[in-house]
Amino acid sequence: MSTPVLPKLVGQRVKRREDPRLIQGLGTYVDDVKIVGMQHMAFKRSDVAHGRIVSIDVSVAQAMDGVEAVFTGKQIAEFLAPMPIGTPFPSPAHHAIALDVVRFTGEPVAVVVAADRYVARDAADAIVVSYETLPAVIDTEVAMTGKPVQIHKDFPNNLAVPLVPSGTGVAPDGSSVDDTAINKAFADAEVVISQRMLNHRLAPSAMEPRGVVAHYEPGKGTMTIWSSTQNPHILRTMIAAMNGMGQDQVRAIAPEVGGGFGAKINIYAEEYVAAAVAKKLGIAVKWIEDRSEAFVATIHGRDILCYLDLAAKRDGTVTGLKMRLIADIGAYNMLLTAAIPTLTMLMANATYNIPAIRATLTEVFTNKTPTDAYRGAGRPEATYFVERGMDLLARELKMDPAEVRRKNFIPKDKFPFQTQMGAVYDSGDYEKALDLALKNANWPALKKERDAAKAQGRLVGLGLAMYVEVCGIGPSASLPTGGWEHSQVTIERDGRISATTGASPHGQGNETTFAQMLADQFGVPLEHVTILHGDTSVVKQGIGTFGSRSQAVGGTALHMAGTKVKAKMAKFAAALMEANEEDLVFENGKIFVKGAPATGKTFADVAGYAYIPVPLPPGLEPGLSDEAFFEPTNNTYPFGCHISMVEVDRDTGEPRLLKLVAVDDAGNLINPLIVEGQIHGGLAQGIGQALIEEVVYNSDGQLVTGSFMDYALPRATDFPRFELDNTVTPTPVNPLGAKGCGEAGTLGSTPSIVGATVDALSEFGVKHIDMMLRPEKLWRIIQGGKA
Amino acid sequence: MFFRPRAAGSKEQDPAYEITPLVVSARTKYAMGLTRKDNDMVQVSITVNGKVRKAHVEPRLLLAHFLREQLNLTGTHIGCDTSQCGACTVLIDGRSAKSCTLFAAQADGSQITTIEGLAKDGQLHPLQEGFWEEHGLQCGYCTPGMILSAANLLSENPKPTEEQIREGISGNFCRCTGYQHIVNAVQYAAGKR
Repeated sequence: MSTPVLPKLVGQRVKRREDPRLIQGLGTYVDDVKIVGMQHMAFKRSDVAHGRIVSIDVSVAQAMDGVEAVFTGKQIAEFLAPMPIGTPFPSPAHHAIALDVVRFTGEPVAVVVAADRYVARDAADAIVVSYETLPAVIDTEVAMTGKPVQIHKDFPNNLAVPLVPSGTGVAPDGSSVDDTAINKAFADAEVVISQRMLNHRLAPSAMEPRGVVAHYEPGKGTMTIWSSTQNPHILRTMIAAMNGMGQDQVRAIAPEVGGGFGAKINIYAEEYVAAAVAKKLGIAVKWIEDRSEAFVATIHGRDILCYLDLAAKRDGTVTGLKMRLIADIGAYNMLLTAAIPTLTMLMANATYNIPAIRATLTEVFTNKTPTDAYRGAGRPEATYFVERGMDLLARELKMDPAEVRRKNFIPKDKFPFQTQMGAVYDSGDYEKALDLALKNANWPALKKERDAAKAQGRLVGLGLAMYVEVCGIGPSASLPTGGWEHSQVTIERDGRISATTGASPHGQGNETTFAQMLADQFGVPLEHVTILHGDTSVVKQGIGTFGSRSQAVGGTALHMAGTKVKAKMAKFAAALMEANEEDLVFENGKIFVKGAPATGKTFADVAGYAYIPVPLPPGLEPGLSDEAFFEPTNNTYPFGCHISMVEVDRDTGEPRLLKLVAVDDAGNLINPLIVEGQIHGGLAQGIGQALIEEVVYNSDGQLVTGSFMDYALPRATDFPRFELDNTVTPTPVNPLGAKGCGEAGTLGSTPSIVGATVDALSEFGVKHIDMMLRPEKLWRIIQGGKA
Repeated sequence: MFFRPRAAGSKEQDPAYEITPLVVSARTKYAMGLTRKDNDMVQVSITVNGKVRKAHVEPRLLLAHFLREQLNLTGTHIGCDTSQCGACTVLIDGRSAKSCTLFAAQADGSQITTIEGLAKDGQLHPLQEGFWEEHGLQCGYCTPGMILSAANLLSENPKPTEEQIREGISGNFCRCTGYQHIVNAVQYAAGKR
């Protein structure tokens, strides 16, 4: 009787291995970490947007029972340098705790270290700070004129990055700019579309706020830092450098991380302060962010203004595109702040073969929380601007929004495709994704349904958007940290497999997908594989999880390390069995000569021999463990099409998403169930941006949406059931053919919903509505239309 | 958002929307610092996951912190400070409640079930099974609260429609899943009952 062969797991909807602990409340998040003698930190934060610190009185706080220490910015600066950034742009000094001027509400002005978190908070509240208030800089277009005031000494007109050009006719290093092609495109245009649009500011809002535990051990001279981070290795690098320690002396641990969405890439003031204070006092300290703190202290996303011009022929062919971008980056440069809007420029080509493109980017300081990477990070903005432009063109030409897009697609036989913006799209078949989405949405029937609803007086509209994004980030030239990923695969002495990955997950399910890959590669059951991550003393090297890179880059490193170990294992097995290694089969947890499964050796047999190699086969070292770094040659460019149906209540202006059809192409999928979850989550955030989420500041620079009472995070009742499907266009840039899917959902959903809402309100003559689509805004359009 | 008015004379029984008149008990007043002297500690006896727990606590100690810090039941999470997110949801005397919105002192004498107490004799609760089967979680941070809110829903309405499920968990935020797989998970559990 032959044993049935284990089914292949890659490509299957395998249940997650992370879940048993998480559904029973047995995961360990950073706030669950306790060290004996650990102290708690609380920050006193600025309650003005812009002001000079006149005095700080910490006497009452210092005298409280249980207070270990209080540090002001000046005191911290004696042992903590200004925070580093990861972009090559000039940047003002950014102290973890403000020295003399505060530049956004929520900027730290002092920190308390105390025996328990209640006492720490009491003491922070007892610190009295007086400010000489300065005018708040809120509006980028006003700020660019230097008004009402200059925020940073060396940055006239509040320009963090003065106008940077990109696109057709611009030399790659920006040294020369030739406008001939773009000017000709607009001079010859039969139709020109121009629109100002804001892709507004959002709060990333991972359900677990940030947190850190820093434990300095003076006897050993080592630091262990637990943080709710997406990239413990980058954290280790920065903490070591900032504390005058070697990377070998710092251990960074990302325990269970409760979501990140880009906001936990940064190394924040609180992490630097925790580590520096722990070292200074020779203790362990914990800081856990409150939600109201998160709204001011964790980076925001998006906030890019765009002046878009589209040149086209009357048949719908787009001949030129101009995109003038103004990014509101807030008060300081964080790790990648300045780089995020450059991704908007990079993706200005979208899915279209546009012969002439000119994008320019200006980044402006304001008295707001800094922006940085938030799910999609620059690409949703590009998609939104270009897709709104295509909608406006379709409307102008009375073309179907699908057809105007189809007319301009980069044809599938043109890949790899060199864009006007300097990207090389790896692979794509945009028409296939569009056609599948149209088929799944039943587009002609859906249009009839809309028309019928409109005929009844209902305000129903349809929207469609294509997207392409840059993922699998990326070659080392594209990241200040290096763009590779690392993995080590070990066959343990008992034959089980353990593997490390530098792609540190926070909900992505790598423990499952990576185990699926190894189980298939070695022919063992999933249960025989353990994936280790998130601890720099276990995972020797790594970059982290962001830019939809885990599978494409980290998964490939794992596959490469697995290949090396398997080859060595075959050699040991061949020696043990006196067989040719080329004839060996790895199947059902055994290694045997092809055709003779009964005579095979178990993994434990072969591992036992590899670790006690008597005799040692010539040319082999003992042991079964090897590592690999994978450096991709290019990013990947996933794409897709999202279709929305929206109804606006004629009486209240309230928009309601009735239907969302998504077709996404992330290349080959390792676990379709997990990919579905990723797409759902992305859609939810994209829909949230269009319909209910918006960070709002008043003219004094006070954050109006400072809690979940005011910032509308989507609830279960805000969504219909999403209708998903996918096409598969593998990437040639990694052997898995996987492109990445983490951010995709945020790309197409947002413009499709805005398009659908504008379509719903078409009878009122409206062409564009800036997000978010607040009922009041829509109600006014409805009222204006009636008047 | 919080209270749905009922049609006059409606016989609809919808306990989730029942408005109980706000009575501030002496204990609550005490916990809020309205009647107590400084440094007073209050003794509580709370049955958590079937075990009686007695402790002296600061009157202002939040129930969520009591569970997490004093009982080491860290499966109860804290995701906001305004009672919006529901990550801290537990069952108090069988009804879901946000444990960051109550003082430990207010829970004196009550029976509390946290996520750690849901599986019985090594058997996952049908909702836990459902969340696992249907990929109802990603980062897992909202999951304990989400499961306990769903448990409350199913105890009141064993066969909810999709709309009722979405309503039933609308006091809980999830930032990862877009809720669809959570709805599937609750449907799975409802199907097993």
